[in-house]
Amino acid sequence: MQSQATYNYKVVRQFAIMTVVWGIVGMLVGVIAAAQLVWPELNVHEFLHFGRLRPLHTNAVIFAFGGCALFATSYYVVQRTCHAKLFSPALAGFTFWGWQVVILLAAISLPLGYTQGKEYAELEWPIDILIAVVWVSYAVVFFGTIAKRTVTHIYVANWFFGAFILTVALLHIVNSAAIPVSFMGMKSYSAYAGVQDAMIQWWYGHNAVGFFLTAGFLGMMYYFVPKQAERPVYSYRLSVVHFWALIFTYMWAGPHHLHYTALPDWTQSVGMVFSLILLAPSWGGMINGIMTLSGAWHKLRTDPILKFLITSLSFYGMSTFEGPMMSIKTVNALSHYTDWTVGHVHSGALGWVAMISIGAVYFLLPRLYGKTEMYSTKLINTHFWIATIGIVLYIASMWVAGVMQGLMWRATNADGTLTYSFVESVKASYPFWTIRFVGGVLFLGGMLIMFYNMVKTIAGQKAYNAPVLAPAAAHA
Amino acid sequence: MEINDLRIVVTVMGFVCFLGICAWAYSKHAKDGFDEAARLPLTDDDLPVHNGRLEKEGKANG
Repeated sequence: MQSQATYNYKVVRQFAIMTVVWGIVGMLVGVIAAAQLVWPELNVHEFLHFGRLRPLHTNAVIFAFGGCALFATSYYVVQRTCHAKLFSPALAGFTFWGWQVVILLAAISLPLGYTQGKEYAELEWPIDILIAVVWVSYAVVFFGTIAKRTVTHIYVANWFFGAFILTVALLHIVNSAAIPVSFMGMKSYSAYAGVQDAMIQWWYGHNAVGFFLTAGFLGMMYYFVPKQAERPVYSYRLSVVHFWALIFTYMWAGPHHLHYTALPDWTQSVGMVFSLILLAPSWGGMINGIMTLSGAWHKLRTDPILKFLITSLSFYGMSTFEGPMMSIKTVNALSHYTDWTVGHVHSGALGWVAMISIGAVYFLLPRLYGKTEMYSTKLINTHFWIATIGIVLYIASMWVAGVMQGLMWRATNADGTLTYSFVESVKASYPFWTIRFVGGVLFLGGMLIMFYNMVKTIAGQKAYNAPVLAPAAAHA
Repeated sequence: MEINDLRIVVTVMGFVCFLGICAWAYSKHAKDGFDEAARLPLTDDDLPVHNGRLEKEGKANG
């Protein structure tokens, strides 16, 4: 029996564990940055200044935490739904170690002040080249496994993962094109100039949201929600249609980050219209995920993993409603540059991305160590509630702060002068920044509970690799 | 042909292509394949075979 071929779970285990570790690190940096806004005395050194920690936080949570979660789940899902072992375990191992080196280089170079100054693309050119090499290897492993599949269909989750991998490669390579001027000094200048540079940056930036933070995690959703609910996807047709609708639409939405700038007005309007259209395919995915539970709603009462997965879809629905609204120029005139944007991002990042990843990792860990469930289901439930309360505090405080800031900045006196100086809006924001800090601490606390639960689940267990299923064994 | 004509053609072709995908997805022809694909994750029993699988099934949530 043991001579049977087994799936390659090793790389899945590595990425799953590092998801939790980097989640804690990235969120801790976020909590420190939030504390620095409330207590400016905490900006103790230039290396640990808010301006340097903030990009470290965004890179760590998106690419280290989110990235590891995507690697782990995509490698697991592609093997299980293709009934095939991972293509080239050596190359898969390289993607793990390569990705960890990228993360470490980011953690060192960003506090030291090396940056390209492009949001979510701050890392300097030598690191960008390493990212490109790792990412192309990832694509080879993933699509190589699809090519090896012993079943006819390519399950919808793999379509989403595949789109995410291809698009991120394209985005990263185009946006990172730069003229290096120093290797040891890690300095480069963008290959683009002026407003073209801004447009390419936000074409990248918004599609990082659309493909890294949406398509990839929808791939996760399409496997783990049906699995945990033990029901097939509500509508497979809808999954096909909303997949292609997302692909055709997301690419155009970037200009909404550049409303009322030097970008031509018509381009801003195109970005706004496509952002509004995006509501339809986004909600297609949300409805498809939540309705998968129809007939099995009672499972939500007892299963905290399912709570994580379904709540994440609710936040996905909320933030993909909020996003199109905020892309409307007149709404954006109020919301842009305020904490409303920060609240919106975190409703997507904590509510959608983090919650679905946490649910998926809780699903995976026992299976990767030959067990049927986590060490403590109760602790998963505690994690769920602490995380949910943390998110609600975070988002609600940022909404209030953001709208308040927007209104204060635009208020004018009868003679046309500004009613408030900028610093008055800063002063008025303090209570909300404190609430946001508390929300962040709660969310981080949930991650620490998860870490404890993970260690207890793994302790004393041997790594387990499940046997590869015979092609179409279950249904002739 | 001007570059803008090419852009218009590509955009319209993209839209027509999307309509084609919708028509295909909702056709009777695609249904059986979709039903089979939708079952892919569920027909795949991924719980460890040697460790308490029977116990787990014995529980109420089986």
